[in-house]
Amino acid sequence: MAEVIIDRERCKGCLLCASFCPKQLFTLSDKFNSSGYYPVEIKEMEKCSGCAVCATVCPDVAITAVDR
Amino acid sequence: MRVFERPKMLKDKVFHYCPGCTHGIVHRLVAEIIEEMEIRERTVGVCPVGCAVLAYDYLDIDMQEASHGRAPAVATGIKRVLPDRVVFTYQGDGDLAAIGMTETVHTAARGEPLTVIFINNAIYGMTNGQMAPTTLLGQRTQTTPYGRNAAKEGYPIKVCEMLATLDGPSYIARVSVGSYKSILNARKVLREAFRRQIEENAYALVEVLSTCPTNWSMKPRDAMDWIENEMQETFPVGIFKE
Ligand SMILES: Cc1ncc(C[n+]2csc(CCOP(=O)(O)OP(=O)(O)O)c2C)c(N)n1
Ligand code: SF4
Ligand code: SF4
Ligand code: SF4
Ligand SMILES: [Mg+2]
Repeated sequence: MAEVIIDRERCKGCLLCASFCPKQLFTLSDKFNSSGYYPVEIKEMEKCSGCAVCATVCPDVAITAVDR
Repeated sequence: MRVFERPKMLKDKVFHYCPGCTHGIVHRLVAEIIEEMEIRERTVGVCPVGCAVLAYDYLDIDMQEASHGRAPAVATGIKRVLPDRVVFTYQGDGDLAAIGMTETVHTAARGEPLTVIFINNAIYGMTNGQMAPTTLLGQRTQTTPYGRNAAKEGYPIKVCEMLATLDGPSYIARVSVGSYKSILNARKVLREAFRRQIEENAYALVEVLSTCPTNWSMKPRDAMDWIENEMQETFPVGIFKE
């Protein structure tokens, strides 16, 4: 199973990952991080293909690893 | 199997860039390439004045700050004194194509063995969105509130096309980071620009079409699409000098 690791402290909730993910897996958390941003999260990780599109487009390198 | 990992060459800091600003993507690509080419210990970066002024806080290599527009002159000095180093500049469009245009052109004309990374976001980001030499015709900025008008503000400067007429440069290319595919291409081209310096002791410049969602007043994804759909009409992606 693929896994995407999101560093919620680095994420600025810009939603680029969400808009490019072919499986539309990202949603915004309802708790903000210490910078005041609502980071993204993935609830259905089992649907992830591990394509790493999200990590490639993340400008804050907040997606710190993708395993497949 | 790990298919993506945050480069170790990026320091453990959160970028100060606005949400969705693609300066961060280019930082990551540069870090990945330097790691992959195993040149970290002998690479020196020169930072600009502009939003990337703090790049030395993010890339864990030797870095030197230059005054506004002077990065190619500073890089020339470093490379001439330490010719075994891999030296690159990272400059915005205000920095490289306005105040620093003289240094840009003459460094290219001399064919200094440097790698120049030119972030074209069609605006002065750091100072809140004034017109840049690369602002598109019709584009609204703080100083062209009705859109850039050629009769009053002149035409956008096409840096790659212009520098490609010189004999000094070895490699001149324009890429985009406005889509997943574009980012993969940008990585290849940036790597080639480092290779030219390392293996051929030659000058290379890569212009990167990059977003400024804040001063363009666009959502991050719309800004990326704007690069792909609007900006590339004025600034076509491609290799201008092989
Ligand atoms: C000598 C000097 N003149 C003017 C400025 C003000 N200034 C700071 S950044 C900047 C332009 C930044 O635009 P750009 O190079 O496109 O970088 P961006 O922020 O868009 O990445 C200017 C004019 C300065 N710092 N120093
Ligand atoms: S790896 Fe691919 S499928 Fe999985 S979350 Fe990222 S973009 Fe979506
Ligand atoms: S692209 Fe990166 S910073 Fe933006 S929302 Fe996704 S994980 Fe967060
Ligand atoms: S002002 Fe523009 S270029 Fe500067 S960090 Fe913000 S979005 Fe990026
Ligand atoms: Mg700029």
